[in-house]
Amino acid sequence: MIVAEPKPIKEILEMVKDYNKILVLGCKGCVTVCNVGGTKEAAILASTLKIAARKNGKKIEVEEHTLERQCDPEYVDEVKDMIDDYDAIISIACGVGPQFLSERYPTARVFPGVNTKFMGGAVEHGVWSERCAGCGQCVVHHFGGLCPIARCSKSLLNGPCGGSSNGKCEISQDVDCIWDIIVRKMTELGRLEELLEFMPPKSWITARDGGPRRLIREELVI
Amino acid sequence: MSDNFRPKIVAFYCSNCASSAANVAEGMDKALPDNVKMVQVPCTGRLEILHLLKPFEEGADGVYVAGCQEDSCQYVTGITKAAKRVAYVKNTLEQLDIEPERINIYNLSAGKGQAFVDVALEMNDRVRELGPVLSE
Ligand code: SF4
Ligand code: SF4
Repeated sequence: MIVAEPKPIKEILEMVKDYNKILVLGCKGCVTVCNVGGTKEAAILASTLKIAARKNGKKIEVEEHTLERQCDPEYVDEVKDMIDDYDAIISIACGVGPQFLSERYPTARVFPGVNTKFMGGAVEHGVWSERCAGCGQCVVHHFGGLCPIARCSKSLLNGPCGGSSNGKCEISQDVDCIWDIIVRKMTELGRLEELLEFMPPKSWITARDGGPRRLIREELVI
Repeated sequence: MSDNFRPKIVAFYCSNCASSAANVAEGMDKALPDNVKMVQVPCTGRLEILHLLKPFEEGADGVYVAGCQEDSCQYVTGITKAAKRVAYVKNTLEQLDIEPERINIYNLSAGKGQAFVDVALEMNDRVRELGPVLSE
């Protein structure tokens, strides 16, 4: 899933300080699963904004609504009759949401309510970890199914750097060295020699380095 | 704060330890301040962040949760979960420049009627001291 975290409430308050009719717009996709932008969180943010207004003796109207997804035009369309009733929209979807909204409703003032972090998953309740950097040419099968592009700080493809120590990456004791994990796993499986295969320099054209990406699947285009 | 200020306080208490303490308090004829609105919940672990925020949104000046001791929660981790959510709301209030002391959690033991009344009085005093949420 796409993993995001709430923006500090002070930052959100600053963004919308000049607006009095605010719509908090959630998304039932990834951000619901990572507990940051679903129905529940939309209600929490709306309530927090109202408490802030109470504290400051300000009269504001805050409503909340949650779309099936904010990354599909047909769902974004659903709010077409309500969008003009608000002078600010806070999208708590990933960064795609505020953009799809801004594209569909060019005059609406749309603000991001979350910081989009990475593609990953929950490793325990309340803890998420990055797994994929969207490089556009998946190669995890060469590394015991683990991704050194997203999970090695240097995206090394031919073994660890000299900074790997006691299973940790040299950038921080909080970061596991994925190469340590890959080598241990392959050793345990008796497949260590597979790692001897030389990985030529990767083309990053398919990754973000190739510029903004677009995907066309003719069989699906209507 | 003016002597006339009667804070609105919402108290969530669990139907186990805290509730039993409440019954004892009642039996002892111990009166709770009548500006404390008591809301019984099956377990404090059921309380979500939104439940703790809503009273503030709707005019409360203080909120507290009265639950079990950490090692005697009927549902094992209910009170621990509630403590985390109270901490979250304290943080939210702080970010809004509202005193985090306006929300608190208390661990009560079954049968301790006096303690049940004492926390209500303590919160009442504390919030009276702080005054209303609205900044002057
Ligand atoms: S190799 Fe590329 S596509 Fe595959 S997991 Fe890693 S970053 Fe993602
Ligand atoms: S220590 Fe491991 S994870 Fe960190 S940069 Fe080196 S090989 Fe990559």
